[in-house]
Amino acid sequence: MPKNEECRYMKSHEWAYLDGNEAAVGISDHAQKEITDIVFVEMPKVGRKVSAGEAVATVESVKAAFDIYAPLSGEICAVNPEVAKDPSIVNKEPHGQGWLFRLKSSRKEELDSLMDWKQYQEFIKTQKH
Amino acid sequence: MQTETFSLLKKTPLNQAQKGMFAKMVDFHGWELPLYFESILKEHEAVRTHCGVFDVSHMGRLKIEGPGALPLLQKINANDISSLKPGQALYSHMLNEKGGIIDDLIVSYLSPNHYYAVVNASRLDADKAWIAQNNSYDALIIDESPQTAMIAVQGPKAEDILYALEFKEAKTLPRFGIIQTKLLNCKALISRTGYTGEDGFEIIVHNEDAEVIWEGLMSESPMPCGLAARDTLRLEAGLLLYGQDMNEDITSLEAGCAWLVKNPDDFIGKDSLLKQKQELKRRLYGIKLLDKGVPRHGNKVFLGEEQIGTLTSATFSPTLETGIGLAYLPTYVKVGDNLSVSVHGRKIAAKANLTQFYNRGKSHA
Repeated sequence: MPKNEECRYMKSHEWAYLDGNEAAVGISDHAQKEITDIVFVEMPKVGRKVSAGEAVATVESVKAAFDIYAPLSGEICAVNPEVAKDPSIVNKEPHGQGWLFRLKSSRKEELDSLMDWKQYQEFIKTQKH
Repeated sequence: MQTETFSLLKKTPLNQAQKGMFAKMVDFHGWELPLYFESILKEHEAVRTHCGVFDVSHMGRLKIEGPGALPLLQKINANDISSLKPGQALYSHMLNEKGGIIDDLIVSYLSPNHYYAVVNASRLDADKAWIAQNNSYDALIIDESPQTAMIAVQGPKAEDILYALEFKEAKTLPRFGIIQTKLLNCKALISRTGYTGEDGFEIIVHNEDAEVIWEGLMSESPMPCGLAARDTLRLEAGLLLYGQDMNEDITSLEAGCAWLVKNPDDFIGKDSLLKQKQELKRRLYGIKLLDKGVPRHGNKVFLGEEQIGTLTSATFSPTLETGIGLAYLPTYVKVGDNLSVSVHGRKIAAKANLTQFYNRGKSHA
Protein backbone atom coordinates (compact mmCIF):
# COMPACT_ATOMS: atom_id res chain seq x y z
CA MET A 1 0.00 0.00 0.00
CA PRO A 2 1.31 3.48 -0.81
CA LYS A 3 2.71 5.52 2.02
CA ASN A 4 1.58 9.10 2.53
CA GLU A 5 4.93 10.35 1.25
CA GLU A 6 4.64 8.36 -1.98
CA CYS A 7 1.37 9.96 -3.05
CA ARG A 8 0.40 13.18 -4.77
CA TYR A 9 -2.55 15.23 -3.51
CA MET A 10 -5.29 17.41 -4.93
CA LYS A 11 -6.72 20.45 -3.17
CA SER A 12 -9.98 18.50 -3.07
CA HIS A 13 -8.15 15.91 -0.89
CA GLU A 14 -7.77 12.99 -3.30
CA TRP A 15 -4.47 11.12 -3.28
CA ALA A 16 -2.94 9.44 -6.36
CA TYR A 17 -0.18 6.86 -6.38
CA LEU A 18 1.54 6.05 -9.65
CA ASP A 19 2.28 2.36 -10.11
CA GLY A 20 3.69 1.73 -13.60
CA ASN A 21 1.24 3.28 -16.04
CA GLU A 22 -1.66 2.99 -13.61
CA ALA A 23 -2.55 5.28 -10.74
CA ALA A 24 -4.47 4.22 -7.64
CA VAL A 25 -6.78 6.96 -6.30
CA GLY A 26 -8.33 7.44 -2.88
CA ILE A 27 -9.12 10.16 -0.37
CA SER A 28 -6.76 11.43 2.31
CA ASP A 29 -6.99 10.64 6.00
CA HIS A 30 -7.79 14.31 6.58
CA ALA A 31 -10.73 14.04 4.14
CA GLN A 32 -12.19 10.89 5.70
CA LYS A 33 -12.06 12.55 9.11
CA GLU A 34 -13.89 15.61 7.79
CA ILE A 35 -16.50 13.52 5.97
CA THR A 36 -16.90 11.16 9.00
CA ASP A 37 -18.98 7.98 8.61
CA ILE A 38 -18.97 7.02 4.94
CA VAL A 39 -22.11 5.08 4.07
CA PHE A 40 -22.01 4.94 0.27
CA VAL A 41 -19.54 5.37 -2.59
CA GLU A 42 -20.78 5.76 -6.13
CA MET A 43 -17.98 4.46 -8.35
CA PRO A 44 -17.26 5.35 -11.97
CA LYS A 45 -17.81 2.69 -14.64
CA VAL A 46 -14.72 0.70 -15.62
CA GLY A 47 -13.66 1.80 -19.11
CA ARG A 48 -14.85 5.39 -18.64
CA LYS A 49 -12.44 7.97 -20.08
CA VAL A 50 -11.89 10.88 -17.75
CA SER A 51 -10.01 14.18 -17.73
CA ALA A 52 -7.93 15.50 -14.88
CA GLY A 53 -10.18 17.50 -12.53
CA GLU A 54 -13.39 15.80 -13.67
CA ALA A 55 -15.85 14.61 -10.99
CA VAL A 56 -15.88 10.83 -11.34
CA ALA A 57 -17.14 9.39 -8.06
CA THR A 58 -19.24 10.40 -5.06
CA VAL A 59 -18.48 9.65 -1.44
CA GLU A 60 -21.47 10.04 0.86
CA SER A 61 -21.76 10.37 4.61
CA VAL A 62 -25.02 10.40 6.53
CA LYS A 63 -25.17 14.18 6.17
CA ALA A 64 -23.69 15.04 2.78
CA ALA A 65 -22.29 13.98 -0.60
CA PHE A 66 -18.74 14.78 -1.72
CA ASP A 67 -17.54 14.72 -5.32
CA ILE A 68 -14.28 12.88 -6.02
CA TYR A 69 -12.18 14.30 -8.84
CA ALA A 70 -9.81 12.48 -11.20
CA PRO A 71 -6.21 13.50 -10.37
CA LEU A 72 -5.11 12.78 -13.93
CA SER A 73 -6.56 12.05 -17.34
CA GLY A 74 -7.00 8.49 -18.49
CA GLU A 75 -9.28 5.49 -18.38
CA ILE A 76 -10.84 3.93 -15.28
CA CYS A 77 -9.42 0.40 -15.25
CA ALA A 78 -10.63 -0.86 -11.86
CA VAL A 79 -12.90 0.10 -8.98
CA ASN A 80 -12.54 -1.27 -5.46
CA PRO A 81 -15.22 -3.95 -4.97
CA GLU A 82 -14.58 -4.12 -1.20
CA VAL A 83 -15.49 -0.45 -0.76
CA ALA A 84 -18.71 -1.01 -2.69
CA LYS A 85 -19.60 -3.76 -0.19
CA ASP A 86 -18.43 -1.94 2.95
CA PRO A 87 -17.84 1.81 2.46
CA SER A 88 -16.62 2.20 6.06
CA ILE A 89 -13.27 0.75 4.88
CA VAL A 90 -12.55 4.22 3.47
CA ASN A 91 -12.74 5.64 7.00
CA LYS A 92 -10.60 2.88 8.46
CA GLU A 93 -7.89 2.70 5.79
CA PRO A 94 -8.11 5.62 3.38
CA HIS A 95 -4.63 4.94 2.00
CA GLY A 96 -4.86 1.14 2.06
CA GLN A 97 -7.85 -1.13 1.60
CA GLY A 98 -10.00 1.95 1.15
CA TRP A 99 -8.62 3.00 -2.27
CA LEU A 100 -11.44 3.93 -4.65
CA PHE A 101 -10.39 3.32 -8.26
CA ARG A 102 -7.42 2.86 -10.61
CA LEU A 103 -6.71 4.94 -13.69
CA LYS A 104 -4.66 3.96 -16.72
CA SER A 105 -2.87 7.09 -17.81
CA SER A 106 -0.37 8.18 -20.42
CA ARG A 107 -0.16 11.67 -18.97
CA LYS A 108 1.90 11.12 -15.88
CA GLU A 109 3.20 14.69 -16.07
CA GLU A 110 -0.20 15.83 -14.80
CA LEU A 111 0.79 14.45 -11.41
CA ASP A 112 3.66 16.94 -11.22
CA SER A 113 1.21 19.79 -10.85
CA LEU A 114 -0.30 18.16 -7.74
CA MET A 115 0.97 18.65 -4.19
CA ASP A 116 3.46 16.31 -2.58
CA TRP A 117 2.91 15.13 1.00
CA LYS A 118 4.75 18.05 2.57
CA GLN A 119 2.89 20.63 0.50
CA TYR A 120 -0.39 18.90 1.27
CA GLN A 121 0.30 19.03 5.02
CA GLU A 122 0.90 22.77 4.69
CA PHE A 123 -2.25 23.12 2.62
CA ILE A 124 -4.40 21.39 5.28
CA LYS A 125 -3.12 23.83 7.89
CA THR A 126 -4.33 26.77 5.80
CA GLN A 127 -7.77 25.12 5.62
CA LYS A 128 -8.17 25.05 9.41
CA HIS A 129 -9.46 28.00 11.36
CA MET B 1 -15.63 26.32 9.38
CA GLN B 2 -15.09 30.04 9.93
CA THR B 3 -15.31 30.83 13.60
CA GLU B 4 -15.96 34.52 12.94
CA THR B 5 -19.39 33.80 11.51
CA PHE B 6 -20.35 32.10 14.77
CA SER B 7 -20.01 35.25 16.82
CA LEU B 8 -23.50 36.34 15.79
CA LEU B 9 -25.05 33.00 16.64
CA LYS B 10 -27.05 32.41 19.78
CA LYS B 11 -25.44 30.03 22.22
CA THR B 12 -27.11 27.71 24.71
CA PRO B 13 -25.89 27.45 28.33
CA LEU B 14 -24.27 24.13 27.28
CA ASN B 15 -22.25 25.63 24.43
CA GLN B 16 -18.90 25.59 26.22
CA ALA B 17 -19.44 22.16 27.78
CA GLN B 18 -20.13 20.67 24.37
CA LYS B 19 -17.25 22.41 22.63
CA GLY B 20 -15.05 21.01 25.39
CA MET B 21 -16.20 17.58 24.22
CA PHE B 22 -15.07 18.38 20.65
CA ALA B 23 -18.53 18.88 19.21
CA LYS B 24 -18.61 19.90 15.56
CA MET B 25 -20.79 23.00 15.70
CA VAL B 26 -23.17 24.31 13.03
CA ASP B 27 -25.58 27.19 12.53
CA PHE B 28 -29.12 25.86 13.08
CA HIS B 29 -31.71 28.61 12.61
CA GLY B 30 -29.36 31.14 14.20
CA TRP B 31 -28.19 28.85 17.01
CA GLU B 32 -24.70 27.43 17.34
CA LEU B 33 -25.38 23.77 18.07
CA PRO B 34 -23.47 20.48 17.78
CA LEU B 35 -24.00 18.65 14.49
CA TYR B 36 -22.16 15.64 15.88
CA PHE B 37 -19.37 14.87 18.32
CA GLU B 38 -17.35 12.02 16.83
CA SER B 39 -19.61 9.87 14.70
CA ILE B 40 -23.24 10.25 13.62
CA LEU B 41 -23.57 6.47 13.26
CA LYS B 42 -22.28 5.81 16.78
CA GLU B 43 -24.57 8.46 18.25
CA HIS B 44 -27.54 7.01 16.38
CA GLU B 45 -26.77 3.50 17.58
CA ALA B 46 -26.27 4.66 21.16
CA VAL B 47 -29.82 6.05 21.25
CA ARG B 48 -31.28 2.88 19.72
CA THR B 49 -29.43 0.51 22.07
CA HIS B 50 -28.35 2.46 25.17
CA CYS B 51 -28.74 6.19 25.75
CA GLY B 52 -27.92 9.47 24.04
CA VAL B 53 -28.12 13.00 25.43
CA PHE B 54 -28.99 16.06 23.34
CA ASP B 55 -28.87 19.77 24.10
CA VAL B 56 -32.21 20.98 22.75
CA SER B 57 -32.17 24.34 24.53
CA HIS B 58 -32.77 26.13 21.22
CA MET B 59 -36.40 24.99 21.26
CA GLY B 60 -39.06 27.50 22.26
CA ARG B 61 -40.68 27.21 25.70
CA LEU B 62 -43.83 29.12 26.55
CA LYS B 63 -45.86 29.30 29.75
CA ILE B 64 -49.55 29.92 29.19
CA GLU B 65 -51.32 30.87 32.40
CA GLY B 66 -54.52 32.12 33.91
CA PRO B 67 -58.22 31.31 33.57
CA GLY B 68 -57.96 32.14 29.86
CA ALA B 69 -55.17 29.63 29.21
CA LEU B 70 -57.33 26.60 28.44
CA PRO B 71 -59.87 28.38 26.20
CA LEU B 72 -56.98 30.01 24.30
CA LEU B 73 -55.12 26.71 23.82
CA GLN B 74 -58.35 24.97 22.83
CA LYS B 75 -58.97 27.65 20.20
CA ILE B 76 -55.53 27.31 18.56
CA ASN B 77 -54.85 23.57 18.79
CA ALA B 78 -56.09 20.72 16.59
CA ASN B 79 -55.60 18.27 19.45
CA ASP B 80 -57.88 18.32 22.48
CA ILE B 81 -56.12 20.23 25.26
CA SER B 82 -59.24 19.96 27.43
CA SER B 83 -58.75 16.19 27.60
CA LEU B 84 -55.48 16.59 29.56
CA LYS B 85 -55.29 15.86 33.27
CA PRO B 86 -52.66 17.66 35.38
CA GLY B 87 -49.29 16.02 34.71
CA GLN B 88 -50.13 15.06 31.12
CA ALA B 89 -48.81 16.32 27.80
CA LEU B 90 -49.78 15.80 24.19
CA TYR B 91 -48.52 16.41 20.67
CA SER B 92 -50.55 18.92 18.69
CA HIS B 93 -50.63 21.20 15.65
CA MET B 94 -51.51 24.90 15.60
CA LEU B 95 -53.32 25.63 12.34
CA ASN B 96 -54.20 28.68 10.29
CA GLU B 97 -57.72 29.23 8.93
CA LYS B 98 -56.89 27.09 5.88
CA GLY B 99 -55.82 24.19 8.10
CA GLY B 100 -52.14 24.82 7.26
CA ILE B 101 -49.69 24.01 10.02
CA ILE B 102 -48.31 27.07 11.83
CA ASP B 103 -46.25 24.85 14.12
CA ASP B 104 -46.18 21.44 15.76
CA LEU B 105 -45.79 21.48 19.52
CA ILE B 106 -46.11 19.62 22.79
CA VAL B 107 -48.64 21.11 25.19
CA SER B 108 -48.47 20.14 28.88
CA TYR B 109 -51.02 20.67 31.61
CA LEU B 110 -48.99 21.36 34.76
CA SER B 111 -51.74 22.40 37.21
CA PRO B 112 -55.04 24.29 37.00
CA ASN B 113 -54.47 27.46 34.93
CA HIS B 114 -50.82 26.51 34.25
CA TYR B 115 -49.92 25.16 30.84
CA TYR B 116 -46.56 24.79 29.08
CA ALA B 117 -45.82 24.56 25.37
CA VAL B 118 -42.60 23.46 23.65
CA VAL B 119 -42.37 24.76 20.09
CA ASN B 120 -39.83 24.81 17.25
CA ALA B 121 -36.91 27.25 17.54
CA SER B 122 -37.49 28.41 13.97
CA ARG B 123 -41.15 29.17 14.72
CA LEU B 124 -40.97 30.77 18.16
CA ASP B 125 -41.51 34.32 16.93
CA ALA B 126 -44.29 33.34 14.52
CA ASP B 127 -45.96 31.27 17.24
CA LYS B 128 -45.83 34.08 19.79
CA ALA B 129 -47.38 36.48 17.29
CA TRP B 130 -50.11 33.97 16.39
CA ILE B 131 -50.91 33.19 20.01
CA ALA B 132 -51.04 36.90 20.94
CA GLN B 133 -53.29 37.61 17.97
CA ASN B 134 -55.78 34.99 19.12
CA ASN B 135 -55.53 35.71 22.82
CA SER B 136 -58.95 37.25 23.40
CA TYR B 137 -59.05 35.35 26.70
CA ASP B 138 -56.50 37.45 28.64
CA ALA B 139 -54.21 34.48 29.13
CA LEU B 140 -50.71 35.34 30.28
CA ILE B 141 -48.02 34.23 27.82
CA ILE B 142 -44.48 34.04 29.19
CA ASP B 143 -41.54 33.15 26.96
CA GLU B 144 -39.29 31.07 29.20
CA SER B 145 -36.86 30.17 26.40
CA PRO B 146 -34.13 32.73 27.22
CA GLN B 147 -33.94 31.77 30.91
CA THR B 148 -34.10 28.00 30.54
CA ALA B 149 -32.21 25.11 28.99
CA MET B 150 -33.58 21.81 27.73
CA ILE B 151 -31.84 18.46 27.60
CA ALA B 152 -33.21 15.30 25.95
CA VAL B 153 -32.15 11.95 27.44
CA GLN B 154 -33.16 9.28 24.94
CA GLY B 155 -32.86 5.52 24.60
CA PRO B 156 -33.70 2.26 26.36
CA LYS B 157 -31.31 3.10 29.24
CA ALA B 158 -32.63 6.64 29.77
CA GLU B 159 -34.87 5.49 32.60
CA ASP B 160 -31.99 3.77 34.44
CA ILE B 161 -29.73 6.78 34.01
CA LEU B 162 -32.26 9.22 35.46
CA TYR B 163 -33.09 6.76 38.24
CA ALA B 164 -29.40 6.56 39.09
CA LEU B 165 -29.45 10.37 39.46
CA GLU B 166 -32.16 9.96 42.12
CA PHE B 167 -35.08 10.79 39.85
CA LYS B 168 -37.18 7.94 41.26
CA GLU B 169 -40.25 8.86 39.23
CA ALA B 170 -38.32 7.74 36.13
CA LYS B 171 -39.73 4.27 36.84
CA THR B 172 -43.34 5.38 37.02
CA LEU B 173 -43.74 8.49 34.86
CA PRO B 174 -45.94 7.38 31.94
CA ARG B 175 -45.32 8.23 28.28
CA PHE B 176 -46.28 11.92 27.81
CA GLY B 177 -46.35 12.38 31.59
CA ILE B 178 -44.77 15.54 33.00
CA ILE B 179 -43.64 16.41 36.51
CA GLN B 180 -42.26 19.47 38.31
CA THR B 181 -39.50 18.05 40.44
CA LYS B 182 -35.86 18.34 41.52
CA LEU B 183 -32.92 16.75 39.74
CA LEU B 184 -29.47 16.97 41.35
CA ASN B 185 -30.95 19.59 43.64
CA CYS B 186 -32.04 21.77 40.73
CA LYS B 187 -35.62 22.70 39.98
CA ALA B 188 -36.61 20.74 36.87
CA LEU B 189 -39.58 20.10 34.63
CA ILE B 190 -39.27 16.54 33.35
CA SER B 191 -41.49 14.90 30.75
CA ARG B 192 -41.39 11.43 29.21
CA THR B 193 -41.20 12.70 25.66
CA GLY B 194 -38.71 12.87 22.81
CA TYR B 195 -37.98 13.04 19.11
CA THR B 196 -36.09 9.80 18.50
CA GLY B 197 -38.64 6.97 18.48
CA GLU B 198 -37.16 5.61 21.71
CA ASP B 199 -38.23 5.83 25.32
CA GLY B 200 -36.78 8.93 26.91
CA PHE B 201 -37.13 12.14 28.84
CA GLU B 202 -36.86 15.86 28.24
CA ILE B 203 -35.58 18.00 31.10
CA ILE B 204 -36.13 21.76 31.39
CA VAL B 205 -33.99 23.63 33.94
CA HIS B 206 -32.87 27.19 34.63
CA ASN B 207 -29.84 28.28 32.61
CA GLU B 208 -27.58 28.42 35.66
CA ASP B 209 -28.33 24.75 36.45
CA ALA B 210 -27.83 23.43 32.91
CA GLU B 211 -24.17 22.49 33.30
CA VAL B 212 -24.79 20.72 36.62
CA ILE B 213 -27.45 18.57 34.97
CA TRP B 214 -25.28 17.96 31.88
CA GLU B 215 -22.27 16.92 33.98
CA GLY B 216 -24.48 14.75 36.19
CA LEU B 217 -25.86 12.98 33.15
CA MET B 218 -22.37 12.55 31.69
CA SER B 219 -21.25 10.82 34.90
CA GLU B 220 -23.59 7.99 33.86
CA SER B 221 -21.78 7.68 30.51
CA PRO B 222 -24.49 8.20 27.91
CA MET B 223 -23.40 9.27 24.41
CA PRO B 224 -23.49 13.03 23.80
CA CYS B 225 -25.35 13.47 20.51
CA GLY B 226 -25.81 16.20 17.92
CA LEU B 227 -28.42 17.40 15.47
CA ALA B 228 -27.38 14.97 12.72
CA ALA B 229 -28.24 11.88 14.78
CA ARG B 230 -31.40 13.60 16.01
CA ASP B 231 -32.42 13.93 12.36
CA THR B 232 -31.73 10.30 11.36
CA LEU B 233 -33.45 9.05 14.53
CA ARG B 234 -36.60 11.12 14.08
CA LEU B 235 -36.86 10.29 10.38
CA GLU B 236 -36.65 6.53 11.01
CA ALA B 237 -39.39 6.95 13.60
CA GLY B 238 -41.58 8.86 11.13
CA LEU B 239 -41.51 12.07 13.18
CA LEU B 240 -41.89 15.15 11.02
CA LEU B 241 -39.64 18.21 10.93
CA TYR B 242 -41.24 21.64 10.65
CA GLY B 243 -39.95 23.62 7.68
CA GLN B 244 -39.22 20.46 5.71
CA ASP B 245 -42.12 18.04 6.14
CA MET B 246 -44.62 20.63 7.33
CA ASN B 247 -45.36 24.27 6.61
CA GLU B 248 -48.28 26.69 6.48
CA ASP B 249 -49.45 25.29 3.14
CA ILE B 250 -49.69 21.71 4.40
CA THR B 251 -52.56 20.52 6.61
CA SER B 252 -52.54 18.01 9.46
CA LEU B 253 -54.51 15.60 7.27
CA GLU B 254 -51.98 15.79 4.45
CA ALA B 255 -49.16 15.35 6.96
CA GLY B 256 -50.67 12.03 8.07
CA CYS B 257 -51.60 13.46 11.45
CA ALA B 258 -55.39 13.02 11.31
CA TRP B 259 -54.96 11.00 14.53
CA LEU B 260 -54.22 14.17 16.49
CA VAL B 261 -57.22 16.13 15.23
CA LYS B 262 -59.32 15.33 18.30
CA ASN B 263 -60.41 18.78 19.44
CA PRO B 264 -64.25 18.69 19.61
CA ASP B 265 -64.47 22.46 19.95
CA ASP B 266 -64.41 25.16 17.31
CA PHE B 267 -60.64 25.44 16.79
CA ILE B 268 -58.97 27.52 14.08
CA GLY B 269 -58.66 25.51 10.87
CA LYS B 270 -61.40 23.03 11.76
CA ASP B 271 -63.76 23.94 8.91
CA SER B 272 -60.98 23.64 6.34
CA LEU B 273 -59.98 20.21 7.66
CA LEU B 274 -63.59 19.00 7.56
CA LYS B 275 -63.87 20.16 3.95
CA GLN B 276 -60.55 18.61 2.98
CA LYS B 277 -61.51 15.31 4.62
CA GLN B 278 -64.04 14.77 1.80
CA GLU B 279 -61.31 14.60 -0.78
CA LEU B 280 -57.66 14.39 0.20
CA LYS B 281 -55.55 14.80 -2.95
CA ARG B 282 -52.06 14.34 -1.52
CA ARG B 283 -50.59 13.01 1.67
CA LEU B 284 -47.24 12.17 3.21
CA TYR B 285 -45.68 8.79 2.39
CA GLY B 286 -42.52 7.08 3.44
CA ILE B 287 -40.14 6.17 0.62
CA LYS B 288 -37.66 3.32 1.00
CA LEU B 289 -34.87 2.77 -1.52
CA LEU B 290 -34.50 -0.77 -2.82
CA ASP B 291 -31.02 -0.21 -4.22
CA LYS B 292 -27.86 1.50 -2.97
CA GLY B 293 -27.65 5.27 -2.82
CA VAL B 294 -28.29 8.09 -0.36
CA PRO B 295 -31.46 10.10 -1.01
CA ARG B 296 -31.49 13.78 0.00
CA HIS B 297 -34.05 16.49 0.67
CA GLY B 298 -35.23 17.80 -2.72
CA ASN B 299 -34.71 14.61 -4.76
CA LYS B 300 -37.56 13.91 -7.20
CA VAL B 301 -39.89 10.93 -6.78
CA PHE B 302 -41.20 9.15 -9.89
CA LEU B 303 -44.00 6.74 -10.67
CA GLY B 304 -42.89 5.30 -13.99
CA GLU B 305 -41.76 8.30 -16.03
CA GLU B 306 -43.93 10.81 -14.23
CA GLN B 307 -42.62 12.94 -11.36
CA ILE B 308 -45.22 12.70 -8.60
CA GLY B 309 -43.41 14.32 -5.70
CA THR B 310 -40.22 15.56 -4.03
CA LEU B 311 -38.47 14.26 -0.92
CA THR B 312 -39.09 16.66 1.97
CA SER B 313 -36.65 14.78 4.25
CA ALA B 314 -34.31 11.94 3.37
CA THR B 315 -31.24 10.20 4.68
CA PHE B 316 -29.31 6.97 4.89
CA SER B 317 -31.05 5.02 7.67
CA PRO B 318 -28.41 3.57 10.00
CA THR B 319 -30.91 1.06 11.44
CA LEU B 320 -32.32 -0.16 8.12
CA GLU B 321 -29.00 0.36 6.31
CA THR B 322 -30.77 1.79 3.30
CA GLY B 323 -32.00 5.13 2.00
CA ILE B 324 -35.30 6.42 3.42
CA GLY B 325 -37.30 9.60 2.97
CA LEU B 326 -40.66 11.33 3.13
CA ALA B 327 -42.63 12.84 0.25
CA TYR B 328 -46.07 14.26 -0.48
CA LEU B 329 -47.60 12.07 -3.19
CA PRO B 330 -51.03 11.76 -4.78
CA THR B 331 -53.34 9.65 -2.61
CA TYR B 332 -53.82 7.06 -5.39
CA VAL B 333 -50.36 5.75 -4.47
CA LYS B 334 -50.60 2.64 -2.27
CA VAL B 335 -48.05 1.55 0.30
CA GLY B 336 -45.91 -1.05 -1.44
CA ASP B 337 -46.15 0.56 -4.89
CA ASN B 338 -42.97 0.61 -6.95
CA LEU B 339 -41.49 4.09 -7.37
CA SER B 340 -38.08 5.54 -8.12
CA VAL B 341 -36.03 8.41 -6.73
CA SER B 342 -33.63 10.48 -8.79
CA VAL B 343 -30.31 10.77 -6.94
CA HIS B 344 -27.40 12.55 -8.70
CA GLY B 345 -29.29 12.10 -11.98
CA ARG B 346 -29.62 8.34 -11.46
CA LYS B 347 -33.03 6.76 -10.88
CA ILE B 348 -32.96 4.38 -7.94
CA ALA B 349 -35.76 1.84 -7.40
CA ALA B 350 -37.88 2.56 -4.34
CA LYS B 351 -41.11 1.54 -2.65
CA ALA B 352 -43.90 3.56 -1.08
CA ASN B 353 -43.78 2.88 2.66
CA LEU B 354 -45.50 3.90 5.85
CA THR B 355 -44.03 7.16 7.17
CA GLN B 356 -42.80 5.23 10.20
CA PHE B 357 -39.82 3.04 9.34
CA TYR B 358 -38.86 2.10 12.87
CA ASN B 359 -40.87 1.33 16.00
CA ARG B 360 -38.96 0.49 19.22
CA GLY B 361 -36.86 -2.46 18.15
CA LYS B 362 -39.05 -3.34 15.17
CA SER B 363 -38.72 -1.93 11.68
CA HIS B 364 -41.86 -1.21 9.68
CA ALA B 365 -40.25 -1.32 6.29
